[in-house]
Amino acid sequence: MSLFSRARLGALALVGMTLLLAACGSSSTASSTPGGVACPSPTSLTGAGSTFDNPLFTKQFQVYPAAKCGIQVNYQSVGSGAGIAQLLAGTVDFGATDAPMKDTDLAKSTQGPILHIPVTLGAVAMTYNLAGVTKLQLTGDVIAQIFLGKITTWNDAAIAALNAGVTLPNQKITVEHRSDGSGTTGIFAAYLSAVNADWKAGPGSGTTLNWPVGVGSKGNDGVTASTKQTAGAIGYVEAGYATVNNLPVATVQNAANAYVGPTLDAIKAAADNYLAQNAASVPADLRFFIVNAPGAASYPIAGFSWVIVYQNQSDSTKGQNLANTLWWMTHDGQQYSNALNYAVLPASIATKDEAQIKKLQCGGSACYKGLFG
Amino acid sequence: MNEVRSVTGAATSAATTHRRTRITVRGMALGDFVLQNGTLLIVIAVLALIAGVFWVVLASSMPTIHQFGWQFLTNQAFDPDHNSFGVGPAIFGTIVTSVFALVFAAPLGIGAAVFLVEFCPRRARTSLAFFTDLLATVPSVVFGLWGFLVLAPWMQHSGEPWLKLHLGFLPFFVGTPRGVGLLTAGMILTVMILPLVIAIAREVMQIVPNEQREALLALGATRWEVVRYAILPFARVGITGGVILALGRALGETIAVTLVIGNQANKISPDLFATGYTLPSVIANQFGEATPGLFRSAVIEAGLILIVMTLIVNVLARLLIARMGRHHRVGGLVA
Repeated sequence: MSLFSRARLGALALVGMTLLLAACGSSSTASSTPGGVACPSPTSLTGAGSTFDNPLFTKQFQVYPAAKCGIQVNYQSVGSGAGIAQLLAGTVDFGATDAPMKDTDLAKSTQGPILHIPVTLGAVAMTYNLAGVTKLQLTGDVIAQIFLGKITTWNDAAIAALNAGVTLPNQKITVEHRSDGSGTTGIFAAYLSAVNADWKAGPGSGTTLNWPVGVGSKGNDGVTASTKQTAGAIGYVEAGYATVNNLPVATVQNAANAYVGPTLDAIKAAADNYLAQNAASVPADLRFFIVNAPGAASYPIAGFSWVIVYQNQSDSTKGQNLANTLWWMTHDGQQYSNALNYAVLPASIATKDEAQIKKLQCGGSACYKGLFG
Repeated sequence: MNEVRSVTGAATSAATTHRRTRITVRGMALGDFVLQNGTLLIVIAVLALIAGVFWVVLASSMPTIHQFGWQFLTNQAFDPDHNSFGVGPAIFGTIVTSVFALVFAAPLGIGAAVFLVEFCPRRARTSLAFFTDLLATVPSVVFGLWGFLVLAPWMQHSGEPWLKLHLGFLPFFVGTPRGVGLLTAGMILTVMILPLVIAIAREVMQIVPNEQREALLALGATRWEVVRYAILPFARVGITGGVILALGRALGETIAVTLVIGNQANKISPDLFATGYTLPSVIANQFGEATPGLFRSAVIEAGLILIVMTLIVNVLARLLIARMGRHHRVGGLVA
């Protein structure tokens, strides 16, 4: 009796072990089975960068540990450029930026190639301070000329022509811009460079510009406060920020000659329409701007925000965590977008993100081995 | 020690035991030896820290020093997109706002100190002095917020239009009134360094010996003449030192100035309504986004220039004080 039971126990143990081994084997190869991978020993991840991403990341990283294996993500909202700098310095596991890294910055990497993974969508709203004017229409060219200091008064013929029926005051325009480097500036400058040759040849595109005119303030809040205080001011702020604070916002003419405001639908439409029309020309590294997107519903000053990571992860557990976290952020994590005034990533970009995440290497094999249970 | 010994016998024996076991190092009591060398070590550590900071700043700004040389000091653009860096407008803005603050804070501060020390009723003096000192403890970011939310709008709607109307013939008040700009930044700095000037001038005037005052009064001098010939010459060295300290603070003030100066580099002009930049505000604005390479190096070199500027101011102040001190010894009454 005792012998029999011992044998039975042994057999059970054997079967159990085989099952376990099988499970392990399958988990390392089959990336298609969702929810099949055992939790790693929980480690924490550290990221830094874009302030624009911060409200979304805060929500995502608050929900994430409970959803997946208790992985804690510590994100420092220090600015896109600082995120790039910290990734290059190797002090964080991932960076976040609203403007893709430049080739010169990518070349500074000492740990191999850096991957760009779009995680959310943003847009830039044009806000203004004009007593009695509740509806303002602008074109990219006029915005560029205002910010170049060529159009200096509100009743300029170029602005009046776009706003029939609106009484524009004979008031000096005060240009409000960011004094600190910003991904918001990056999208704005990319747009102006796309629609105005003088801008492209002059200030150009980048997160920090050599502004020809205006008043510089720190952060979206600084620009907003300065615009509110200055009669005749025009400034640009992150679209979600403008919505939350109920700022007066101009509609901007898009590539299809329609005037569109920076609503979530219009931002999403910009991404969808751009991707639909330029499917072939989207670069493999996903470093691209979608400004001045085609389609009547598209808002023209929109762009992606990226997480940046090293392709070769030195710490396998950390790399696996990172790949999983990114996967979750670009899939399940998107459900928190709309409530926080972010547009949801288009499906085609989510697919491209999957390919990017699968490129992450942990000691010779892919870091991503399927979603954690 | 003698008193202790005379009080109790126990204390006497304790003192003798102590004397017997006294350890000397190179003829010095152990305590003295430790104190002397310990404090020396601390001084060396402080010097090493300063040298270390300077070295790191210098080494980190080498890329832009190599690339731009002296042009960095005059170049108008701070343009990471085109890799063109210079801090000409920032140096200009730093000097203009600091000198502006000094020009107004020095006479105001010295005047207030003269009142507090010489004319103020004794009972009011303590509380008035307390409030001027309190002004010095207000964090600079609070001054900045006040400047941005209260002073700048007022300057935009009332102050600057008034100046333009009445003093518009001067080259200082010709631009568009915006509220933010060199003038407002200079005014905020004036308020910020004023308590420093008052506090130091007050302290220095208080140590002027009363005999000086009494001697002049005995000669039939008026109160003004006492201040003019007894107090100010005596306190001159200290007051100058205080004013220079205040200038140092004005040069390095960051957040309050960043909030009200407009952060927009303009062509160098005497117009005080124009927006500007200062070296500390360049650093505060740009460091977050400064990627490694020329960009970061440019931001750090701005810091290097600031260090060198404050160094020059301090050396000049020392020389000035040393010269004044010599004159002072020659004749007390000669101004």
